Amino acid sequence: MAIIFLLEQVLNGLLVGAYYLLIALGLSLIFSLGGIVNLAHGAFYAIGAYLAVSLAPWIGFGGAFFASPLLVALLGVLIERFFFRKFYRADPILSLLLTFGLAMIIEQSLRMIFGAAPLPFSIPPVLRGQVFVGDFIYPRYRLIIFAVALAAVTATWFLVYRTAFGRVVRAGVQNPDMVGALGISLQPYMTAVVALGLGLAGLAGVLLAPISGVHPAMGAEILTAAFVVVVIGGLGSFWGVIAAAALVGVVRGLTIYFFPPAGEASMYLLMALVLLLRPRGLLGERIQKFE
Amino acid sequence: MVQSNDLSRRTLLKGAASATALVGIGMPAIVKAQADVIRIGHLTPVTGFLGPLGEFAQMGVRLAAEEINAAGGVLGRPVELVIEDSVNPQTASAKAERLIERDKVAMIIGEISSASALAIGQVANRTKTVFINTGANSDALRGASCNPFMFHIEAANSMMVLAVGNYLKSENMIKGKKWYSLTADYAFGHDLFRVAKKFVTENGGEFVGEELVPTDATDFSPYLLKIRQARPDVVASNLAGNQITNFIKQYAEYGLQFPITGFGFDTAVAWGAGKGNFSGIWPLIWHHLVDSPSSKKYVEAFTKKYGKPPENQSWGDYNSLKIVAQSFSELKSTDPQKLAEHLRKGAKFDILKSREGYFRAYDNQMVQEMYAVRAKDPDKMKDQWDIYDPLGSVPGPSDSLEVLAPPQDGACKMPA
Repeated sequence: MAIIFLLEQVLNGLLVGAYYLLIALGLSLIFSLGGIVNLAHGAFYAIGAYLAVSLAPWIGFGGAFFASPLLVALLGVLIERFFFRKFYRADPILSLLLTFGLAMIIEQSLRMIFGAAPLPFSIPPVLRGQVFVGDFIYPRYRLIIFAVALAAVTATWFLVYRTAFGRVVRAGVQNPDMVGALGISLQPYMTAVVALGLGLAGLAGVLLAPISGVHPAMGAEILTAAFVVVVIGGLGSFWGVIAAAALVGVVRGLTIYFFPPAGEASMYLLMALVLLLRPRGLLGERIQKFE
Repeated sequence: MVQSNDLSRRTLLKGAASATALVGIGMPAIVKAQADVIRIGHLTPVTGFLGPLGEFAQMGVRLAAEEINAAGGVLGRPVELVIEDSVNPQTASAKAERLIERDKVAMIIGEISSASALAIGQVANRTKTVFINTGANSDALRGASCNPFMFHIEAANSMMVLAVGNYLKSENMIKGKKWYSLTADYAFGHDLFRVAKKFVTENGGEFVGEELVPTDATDFSPYLLKIRQARPDVVASNLAGNQITNFIKQYAEYGLQFPITGFGFDTAVAWGAGKGNFSGIWPLIWHHLVDSPSSKKYVEAFTKKYGKPPENQSWGDYNSLKIVAQSFSELKSTDPQKLAEHLRKGAKFDILKSREGYFRAYDNQMVQEMYAVRAKDPDKMKDQWDIYDPLGSVPGPSDSLEVLAPPQDGACKMPA
């Protein structure tokens, strides 16, 4: 009997992994391609959620689902143009300070505009309900998050590894000077990468707004978990982030099954363990050779 | 661009560490002081997971100051608020000292976190400055940690448990029922669970699950699966702040049908959940539907000023300042020692309820009526604020208000 419940926790953990993946994917992308540790990533996730809450009364949840990530991506274009661009080659500590400040400014702005109290937001009625597989229960909305996360990952993978755009970006990571010598300006590519990364944060914000509290600190709440996933996955590793997100979801679920007080601590223990055994993260090393 | 993977990996780890540090940094809101005014210090967390409540606290105290000053101030002097974000116990303690030493405040109002309230209470006692706690529930503050300068307008955990417990008993939700509880894993949650478990087991209920939930948990799905597996008769929340919002949203998402109740509750977090998510029976120290003339007047003034109704947290801070202003006027003095003595002598105050409240001398707890509410059917909600129906007040009109107050078990030893 217990084994069934364990299996249920494992499968649920994979669903929760999709939630971590959506948040970590953009963070990993901007870091591995631009070298910027974006401490404001959670803040853009919060902007995505607040946009969804503000836009939904006018254009519906469906409209907000497309509009808010797009708006956050557009904001990303500005952020790249005026801030990030100056820091690609600078000491990483500078971009840390920049994004740290950006995160605080965004969080306090949300507080000033919308107030500190959580804003009401629910799953749209058509997406409510649960799917039962045997005795296992899956909320329909979580399956949708899972599907969207899969689609976002596939599209990102295709863009980075299977298009001319992705080739330039990856070449730029290896040797920006050589790319420049070949007559290709990297700037528009990096603008696109930052817009994509922040757009993914916005997408995560829209998707999670109906099932978690929409309040100014919601970004800070998930940021640490997103970093943990990226670190476990391994630097610059696309598949590593996916594996790490799934692993964190499952390990957390099982920890809560056996020992709930350690539920959130489990991901940090996992990170420590992975770093001890594989200092470059789960798949970091393989990518290193590949590069 | 990335120089080497090794360097960047360290950078990323630094990033993760900084991300942790980012949580809980707040901005002070210092109001510059003048000489001929009565300065009142106000400290609540406005960042972090109690932030939504802190904001209501500030709205409440600001409205009170506005009304007092519009009526000519206190002893002919205007009231001036010095409002700060208390952030955490260390900061709360440092800021309380600064308010007293530098800003020369007449007294301090506020706090929501029990740990920070304890820290401020210690400063208050050392400097002989009155502190009225408006949001911290831990029974320990009224017990072993009590002191003559710390007063509590907020209900103790045991009062919240009794307030909702009476209704649960009358709904036959305790005797012979299986309970499953989720408890916030910090001082407040532990204290609340201890009192709640005592009440439930003494009344014939049984706990089939008692889970501790870290305060940084945002996803409750593994807990929801465990609840579903245990098939309890009642699910009880001893959660706090934004945790409650996340929990009730996801409880509705998973479609679990076991009735919910909770022993700690704030209206703001339920307003923030959204349509169709809120359910259950919950206790409140006050709510905006309380049917008394002064309460209606307050709700009207608050709604006019802020565009939304007040909730229980703003009630505490509003009334505290009104109580202090009234006491100063009656004493014709702002002397803290006299204020403390006056409050402890059982002076009665209109606290927007049908019966007046008073601080009892044993532990400085405000003895008062409490309420319970039941979530409304989503189709019957008029607007986003209309989420519950009142279930009435306890104790009954003929009972002593003391029946709700924490037991006088001698834990509080007030130095004479």
